[in-house]
Amino acid sequence: MSSADLRDLYQQVIMDHNKKPRNFRDMGDANHLAHGNNPLCGDALIIYLKLDGDVIEDVSFQGSGCAISVASASLMTEALKGKTLAEAEVLYEQVHKQMTGEEVDHSTLGKLEVLGGVKEFPARVKCATLSWHTVHAAMDSDHDISVTTE
Amino acid sequence: MSALDILAIRKDFPILDQQVNGFDLAYLDNAASSQKPTQVIESIAEYYRQDNANVHRGVHRLSQRATDAYEASREKVRDFVNAKSDKEIVFVRGATEAINLVAQSFVRPQLNAGDEVLISHMEHHANIVPWQMICEQAGAQLKVIPMTLKGELDLSGLDELLNDKTKILAVGHVSNALGTVNPIKEMIIKAHAKNIPVLIDGAQAVPHMAVDVQDLDCDFYVFSGHKMFAPTGIGALYAKQDLLEDMAPWQGGGDMILSVSFEHTQYNELPYKFEAGTPNIAGSIGLGAAIDYMNELGIDKLAKYEHDLLVAATAKLKAIDGIRIIGEAEDKASVLSFMIDGVHPHDVGTIFDQQGVAIRTGHHCAQPVMQFYGIPATARASFAFYNTMEEVDALVEAIKKVQELFA
Repeated sequence: MSSADLRDLYQQVIMDHNKKPRNFRDMGDANHLAHGNNPLCGDALIIYLKLDGDVIEDVSFQGSGCAISVASASLMTEALKGKTLAEAEVLYEQVHKQMTGEEVDHSTLGKLEVLGGVKEFPARVKCATLSWHTVHAAMDSDHDISVTTE
Repeated sequence: MSALDILAIRKDFPILDQQVNGFDLAYLDNAASSQKPTQVIESIAEYYRQDNANVHRGVHRLSQRATDAYEASREKVRDFVNAKSDKEIVFVRGATEAINLVAQSFVRPQLNAGDEVLISHMEHHANIVPWQMICEQAGAQLKVIPMTLKGELDLSGLDELLNDKTKILAVGHVSNALGTVNPIKEMIIKAHAKNIPVLIDGAQAVPHMAVDVQDLDCDFYVFSGHKMFAPTGIGALYAKQDLLEDMAPWQGGGDMILSVSFEHTQYNELPYKFEAGTPNIAGSIGLGAAIDYMNELGIDKLAKYEHDLLVAATAKLKAIDGIRIIGEAEDKASVLSFMIDGVHPHDVGTIFDQQGVAIRTGHHCAQPVMQFYGIPATARASFAFYNTMEEVDALVEAIKKVQELFA
């Protein structure tokens, strides 16, 4: 851990996505929905999905949380729009590999690589993965479901 | 009164002398757990080096020494809280276990459907959940004394809340989330006027102030060792003797009995009736050593110094734009909860850690308090007598760093 690590963690893209989260809205016509909770630090998110067959036509989120969780959710919605469920599953796995320091496919991850710095801060990994756990639950279920990172 | 020699005191705490990320560690998370002086550490090591054996049962020399050390610690605890008799001091794992013991052994047997248990809005979960559990079992109701934005208890409705259905009043001496010191002596008088017993959660009080259970006249007082410079896994329940005599045992097993047969088992006398199994002997010795350490420095001196730190830190934080202090009671212990505008406490904690400043961010096991203020969490700095004004400055620097990053 070092100041360089801190700069990596809170780098420009993350700060930007925290300040101006993308797709931060309710979705009236969502057909999948999940609540995600990080009870340790009070992050609480709702992920809305509109699936058209197996394509993610729209994804948005609401809620509040630390900069890492909000930025991660915002980046996630950008990455998932227009993807198929299968592609989303691949991204989900890649994000987790990144958190545990395993080899990742850079071209697949794209912008999501900015979250790489989180792995130097083990206590914050759950913040970064909360939105992904939540959307994963939403993808798997067709009724309101809750997940918690404990 | 002569001032404390803080630099000399800090030498007793070698753990404080380290760096995090190139910064001197500023350990400001004492409300979560405190550091232990060498004297406490050595007392435990010496016990295991010289005197370790099981207590109460053996006739050999080591067993005698271990028993003497264990019981000597009990006497130190008795004196520490000014209890009348050491029959009134039960060693437990900590405040949480003590509260569960009272809830299950004292209140539950007399709790009927429609009865009430009264707590306050600013309690730690340890002084909420055990009561919720027994209320659910019995069909009783949990009532809550409200709090004010300032972070004090709103006692205007106390007379109604203390009624003939109330079986116990359980309230914290000092709030771990807000630092508020509650007017428990007055509350105990009011409760006793209606024959309602009172349990006081003193976990956050005993590190900061002298406690006199006879003067308070509380029926139960609980605290944990690890918050007062003693090891984890040890704490104490003070309870008035006549209450303990009537209470059913908490846990069954060895040591809490006089005799066992399949036809009939006779329970032991106080306080052993409530101490089943081999106790945390080393822990109790550490607790006794911590009490000795505090007494030698002078608890009033420690309290005064901590108060000075709190006043200085509060003033410095108030002078920074964008800082909101949570909990501004007139009477506070050295706990300072705050928020930095526009920054989630969890982010505050990580950036602070990078600057070597250890604080706690989260709900502090007091979610109802967070719900009251409509916030997910706070950042909390909590001071002990080994913290310094330089560390207060480090706290201020860390705040500025956060505001820089999030500008």
